Amino acid sequence: MSEAVIAVALVWVAASGTAVVLTRDPLRQAFVAGFFGLGLAFLYLSMQAGDVALSQIVVGAIALPLIVLLSLAKVRKGRE
Amino acid sequence: MSRRARLAFFAVAAAGLAVTLGVGLAGLPSFGSQLTAYARMLNELASPQRHVTDVVSAITFDYRGIDTLFEEFILLAAVAGISVLLRPLSDESRQLPEDKAPNRKIPPPSPAVWLLAVLLSSLLALIGLETITHGVLTPGGGFQAGVILASAIYVIYLGTNYATVERFQPDPLLEASDGVGAFGYVVIGLLGLLAGDVFLSNVVGLGVTGNLIAGGTIPLLNLVVGVEVAGGFAILASEFLDQTAVIRTERR
Amino acid sequence: MSVLAYGVVAWLFLVGIYGVVTSRNLIHMVVCLSVAQSATDVLLLEIGYRTGGHAPVFVSLPTHPGPAVDAVMQALALTDVVVGAAVTALLLALVVQVHKRAGTLDPDALRATRD
Repeated sequence: MSEAVIAVALVWVAASGTAVVLTRDPLRQAFVAGFFGLGLAFLYLSMQAGDVALSQIVVGAIALPLIVLLSLAKVRKGRE
Repeated sequence: MSRRARLAFFAVAAAGLAVTLGVGLAGLPSFGSQLTAYARMLNELASPQRHVTDVVSAITFDYRGIDTLFEEFILLAAVAGISVLLRPLSDESRQLPEDKAPNRKIPPPSPAVWLLAVLLSSLLALIGLETITHGVLTPGGGFQAGVILASAIYVIYLGTNYATVERFQPDPLLEASDGVGAFGYVVIGLLGLLAGDVFLSNVVGLGVTGNLIAGGTIPLLNLVVGVEVAGGFAILASEFLDQTAVIRTERR
Repeated sequence: MSVLAYGVVAWLFLVGIYGVVTSRNLIHMVVCLSVAQSATDVLLLEIGYRTGGHAPVFVSLPTHPGPAVDAVMQALALTDVVVGAAVTALLLALVVQVHKRAGTLDPDALRATRD
């Protein structure tokens, strides 16, 4: 049973990782990256790594999208 | 080199890398079959030796405490690098955000959003404090809790405006907490030297397994690392926020 | 299962590097780099996994639940995730300053020499 969960999580991670790379627009890529971070957290949790999953959730869902979106806002403002 | 040449070179190099990775990964033991002897030994010994129930915390802050010191300093260096990179340059000035229409202040956010920001940030601050203190018992600890505490400040920005969040994160306080956290780790390590043992050895009383205050220096190190990571991530976001909201290039 | 597990690691790494090489936007490039970095975290945890193992948290339970997974790998991966995010932020700060000076985010349009 746990093997099946890990397999599902691995496929989720691989698919969303590919989607992150193939999304060329940085704004959309930030959202797909949030989905990828969630998949990573699910994978870590299914491999019985609670500490790492907690780190990945807070970093991948909060810190990283915030930094990317603030950089995008700065770049767009510079273009106006 | 041109783009085409670069892509062709990458195709060849990636094929080579894929083959090497495949051969290397195939040599690993099959997934989930065995643990290293070090891991098995630590799982057996960490709880009786250090009186903690979360072995990962014991490893991070005690058995491999010196690695965590270096990781913490990488974080400090990265945050210092960001502060240097995003400083106001010679042709830029700091101006508070203002409405595009003259003689008009930026309207405050709606009360519902403000209330949600208050609730969420209080909840996040409490969860962060709980994660720091329970790091010796359950999954948690300084690193995760530091980011949770920093995100309490992010939520304040998202629900209110720039002026409000600046009140909650004065620069001297953030920089002081970052520095105090990093320095505190070294000081606690020096306690080991002062007691006649090696650097970063666990010399404070160990306590009873299952209590919040157990494990000697481990909860103390959790606390200083939490303060440092929270300060570091708050500085990080505050620098980016300043760039977006406040720093403007002067027209030549 | 081994093939899937280790194959995903190799795939994530290669896809991340492919994204860096073929990127036309510096911010896109930095996020692809973070994808490649997460491949190493996944590999660390996969090496430390034991089938039927439980998390290495030893509260007193009435029955013994079996072996635990590797805690050393989790300690390594845990700090790696947080510090990796800080380094990604450093790269994005570089990107912001590059955009201020060069006016473009296209890596092919950047020049090494000043005009």
